[in-house]
Amino acid sequence: MNHSPTSDTAAPKMSARDVNVFYGDKQAIKDVSIDVDMDRVTAFIGPSGCGKSTFLRTLNRMNDTVGNARVTGDIRLDGEDIYDKSMDVVQLRARVGMVFQKPNPFPKSIFENVAYGPRIHGLAPSRADLEAIVERSLRRAGLWEEVKDRLSDSGTALSGGQQQRLCIARAIAVDPEVILMDEPCSALDPIATAKIEELIHELRGRYAIVIVTHNMQQAARVSQRTAFFHLGNLVEYGVTSEIFTNPRQERTKDYITGRYG
Amino acid sequence: MPTGHEHTVKAFDEEIGHLRALISQMGGLAEQGISDAMLALQRNDPTLAKEVRTADAKIDAIQAEVERLVVRVIALRAPMADDLREVVAALKIAAVVERIGDYAKNIAKRVPMIHQGEDRIEAVSLLPAMAQMASDMVHDVLDAFSARNAEAAVAVCERDRALDDFYDSIFRTLVTFMVENPRTIGQVAHLLFVAKNLERIGDHATNVAEMVYFAATGRYLADREPAEPSDL
Repeated sequence: MNHSPTSDTAAPKMSARDVNVFYGDKQAIKDVSIDVDMDRVTAFIGPSGCGKSTFLRTLNRMNDTVGNARVTGDIRLDGEDIYDKSMDVVQLRARVGMVFQKPNPFPKSIFENVAYGPRIHGLAPSRADLEAIVERSLRRAGLWEEVKDRLSDSGTALSGGQQQRLCIARAIAVDPEVILMDEPCSALDPIATAKIEELIHELRGRYAIVIVTHNMQQAARVSQRTAFFHLGNLVEYGVTSEIFTNPRQERTKDYITGRYG
Repeated sequence: MPTGHEHTVKAFDEEIGHLRALISQMGGLAEQGISDAMLALQRNDPTLAKEVRTADAKIDAIQAEVERLVVRVIALRAPMADDLREVVAALKIAAVVERIGDYAKNIAKRVPMIHQGEDRIEAVSLLPAMAQMASDMVHDVLDAFSARNAEAAVAVCERDRALDDFYDSIFRTLVTFMVENPRTIGQVAHLLFVAKNLERIGDHATNVAEMVYFAATGRYLADREPAEPSDL
């Protein structure tokens, strides 16, 4: 099993080796090794319960918050072991941001939603700096034009698609290197989904993006690399266009052609 | 390549099945066209020749149906992997089979021209064996498509060289015949076109074989030694 479909690239942004995740006695992830590259969108696909979200959460230690979860193996960000005792988890999650399935803005103003992260991480020495970060983040998230005149309105008053872009702006505001997205469009209508996909396309040059999606067409549209998970195993990892036109593994083929199960 | 697994959405399997049936039906009609055209040629049967020309319209109609179905399947089912390759191959194969039908029609159109005048053209007897060879290639390559059999497709490709050799030998024989019987040049020239049409049918069957190979394996048949193209 290749960790990376291409060997020509420089060092991977994140690399996982022999990762196992257990919830109590139950093993959710089995010996997964994979590289995630900068400037690329990597999609994780697979049926419900295959472990793709669980694995995604190991990449910024979100599983730490799950009481009985245990992670073994080696996960590195720029060569640095993210499970090392010296790793500051708050700092890690600023570098490896996350966007969830359901938009979850804070019940605060649009401005505060974006300003919160930079403020607690001390990224904005002055009010002017903070305003600049908020504007830049909202612009990158493709939301600025829609909200610039009502930044003090509550974030929860926005539409679902706008809320999700607000959450992306919030993730971007702390200047992350990697953005993890766990089904970011599953609660959105097709227009809002298209806007998020366009946004992912624009963000890709700046960050390493990993997206978990149930929508295979979405994986095909937005990603350059696709990893197929099944029963906790990484079955196949490859160039997206090849995974969807000529997968190597029978299990991948059955899943993407709708013959699963 | 075939897993034998059915799609979770059964209607998708039905549509793929329908698509395969249409391609088989087209292939059957094209084979029939070739054999009827050759029979009409041998027997000097203008009625049968005319039937070949009208039957060709049926092939054209099925091709249009294949196109509609493929567009619909792509739009509604978003096929992936081997499904996608098969659907695209079906679209391309339908266009090629339509061309093969046109060659059969063209042979049928030449029947009255070949049989004009008093002379019985003995050289006509050379062509049925070549026609059978070309028609078998069409038959076998479409069987390979139905069965998703890449090896059978390769075997068809390999037969194209023999067909080309056959054509070269018929070409020389017909030229010799014309030299010896200059009065028949007008008629035998048409026979030359018939032979050339059969040779082209073989080329088309080879193209289809390449499409079948890609649909079945996801790889191109590029490594294969290309058969020497006939210069004649």
